[in-house]
Amino acid sequence: MNKKVFQLLVDNTSGVLSRISGLFSRRGYNIESITAGVTADPRYTRITIVASGDDEILDQIEKQVAKLVDVRNIKVLSPEESVYRELCLIKIEVTPDNREGVIAVSNVFRANIVDVSTKSMMIELTGNQSKIEAFLGLLEGYTILELARTGITGLSRGFQDVVWLDN
Amino acid sequence: MNGADAIIKCLEEEGVQFVFGYPGVAICPFYNSILNSDINSVLIRTEQNAAHAASGLARVTGRPGVCAVTSGPGATNLITGVATAFADSIPLICITGQVNSELIGSDVFQEADITGAVESFVKYSYLIKDAKEIPRIFKEAFYIANSGRKGPVLIDVPFDIQQQELKSFRYPEEVKLRTYKPTVNGNALQIKKVIKELEKAKKPLICAGGGVLLGEAKEELKVLVEEYQIPVVSTMMGIGVLPTRHPYYYGMVGNNGCPCANRAMREADLIMMVGARVADRAVNQPEIITKDKVLIHIDVDPAEIGKNAGATIPIVGDVKHIFADFLEYEIDGIYDSWINTLNQYRTELRPVRNPNPEYVDPAEFIRYLSERMKDDAIYVADVGQNQIWSCAHHIVKGGRFLTSGGMGTMGYSIPAAMGAKIADSKKQVIAVCGDGSFQMSMMELATMQQHHVPVKIIVLRNNYLGMVRQYQHFTYKDNYSVVALDGSPDLEKIAAAYGIKFERVLNMNKYEQAIDRFLANDESYLMECMVDPMDLV
Repeated sequence: MNKKVFQLLVDNTSGVLSRISGLFSRRGYNIESITAGVTADPRYTRITIVASGDDEILDQIEKQVAKLVDVRNIKVLSPEESVYRELCLIKIEVTPDNREGVIAVSNVFRANIVDVSTKSMMIELTGNQSKIEAFLGLLEGYTILELARTGITGLSRGFQDVVWLDN
Repeated sequence: MNGADAIIKCLEEEGVQFVFGYPGVAICPFYNSILNSDINSVLIRTEQNAAHAASGLARVTGRPGVCAVTSGPGATNLITGVATAFADSIPLICITGQVNSELIGSDVFQEADITGAVESFVKYSYLIKDAKEIPRIFKEAFYIANSGRKGPVLIDVPFDIQQQELKSFRYPEEVKLRTYKPTVNGNALQIKKVIKELEKAKKPLICAGGGVLLGEAKEELKVLVEEYQIPVVSTMMGIGVLPTRHPYYYGMVGNNGCPCANRAMREADLIMMVGARVADRAVNQPEIITKDKVLIHIDVDPAEIGKNAGATIPIVGDVKHIFADFLEYEIDGIYDSWINTLNQYRTELRPVRNPNPEYVDPAEFIRYLSERMKDDAIYVADVGQNQIWSCAHHIVKGGRFLTSGGMGTMGYSIPAAMGAKIADSKKQVIAVCGDGSFQMSMMELATMQQHHVPVKIIVLRNNYLGMVRQYQHFTYKDNYSVVALDGSPDLEKIAAAYGIKFERVLNMNKYEQAIDRFLANDESYLMECMVDPMDLV
């Protein structure tokens, strides 16, 4: 099983997200994460999908998605040529004794403490997936009360890969 | 002018002459406006058949067939017909009434989320939220349905949108779709590569699918084949790309195909799949067409290339253009000995049947029938044993062979034949079905009578769901389960009840005269042929 990050530019119409996610579920493709948000041009939405499968399946995913009427462009964001980011919110159970330890680990990872209560702390961490995995690994001794991850969003590096949107 | 008037104007702009459908309150504004137009409405007896009839019309005219039904059950009944068209890439415009916009989502009477329900069976769908969008949406819908890989487009129109007043109407001259641009021209380099491979090949074979017919490239294929003497086989959907008796045509491939065609597929050293999606029934093991072979795959849909078989040379584009590009080249291939081999297979590999003399032999019957049919006649086969017999024994001269290939929807033949006959009333149109499939669309005899659509119907009757019985014969050793069609009506009385001419053929005694009588008559005609219940395809 391989993993690929696909970036889609789609028409910002109602139902577009359900058309895309529906395509994945009915054809039995594995979707690991999907993020969507409007672009600088409000007519378009940019969607980042992380999918897994063998090479043939990944090739089919690209073709089947490209075929959807609402899809303007689909490309693979390769790890070397792209920037991936994910945002993660982690709520940890803390005591007065171990609070300092959590803060120390968070500082090393440049994570932000965004909420504190007597029994819990919420940490916000942004980074690529390996950074987030590494951070979660370090929290093993603590009790994670709640965890929310956005899934990857990404852009390709440099100028040449930009998809120019026509008027 | 209201939204419904605007829809009718759009249909007029698109040259639509017939709408197949079934009214209900939610589509009533539409059916009120259609009275002020020259467009004819055909009242079908169940919505599924509206889609099938529109499909028959679309396949004959090359333009999208249009159906219009009401909300809720009207729309959901349509789904099988839409899925059937989708599987065979037939362009349809399906208009569904919907409850008032502000009530959507509140589960009111006859509300169904039809755009959601058909999502996986349509090329695209719209839910209209403002009547001002009607001209743009219809222009886009017709374009999407009938370009690239064709398919059904559904437009859901809430009741209040149909009644919304409009100050002006202007039908766009062009579509402006930012995201949808199907490829038309094949890549020139790839085309050159194909020519080179054809020159190297000793045993090339073209396997033509329904895409060749949808792409209206029959003529180009014929020229290509005759010019370069390349043998051709077809998929079920491709039957009719060349006349059955064309010297370079070797029959249908696949599970139920002709042995000579399958042998040709196995032995070829170059296969050019054109407008065929390498589906399981046509090519059950993709290695057959890839191992030690050059596979050229031509399709308008890039997603079909490489889906089931990896192609040596993929070409995406419109088949008519690509064939024209091939014809720009001289191909120095000599395939005489390959053609001699295939001709030998054609004579040697004839399946032998041992028909029971007490019944009609469907093979012989269909052969004689198609011999006597007009050269440009349209033959519509249903689904089941009748379909396989039709594929194997119908002789296409210059006409069309229509059937539901991808979805295999029983009951397709009668409504599709009606659509074909309505589209081209001068053509002889014959539906051939079994007694199972006939009873799935029997109600349309009334539509034929009401709208004077003289379709001829042949029912191959064996009192069984023959295809399933045959499967149970082989797989479950004659342990038959739910396949006997006991309780079926006397078709003579059915025909009489609808006022349709009838004849029953019991066996092969004087069956020719019966067929001649059947074909000579210009009216609707139902012919029942008693077939051995134990016959196998």
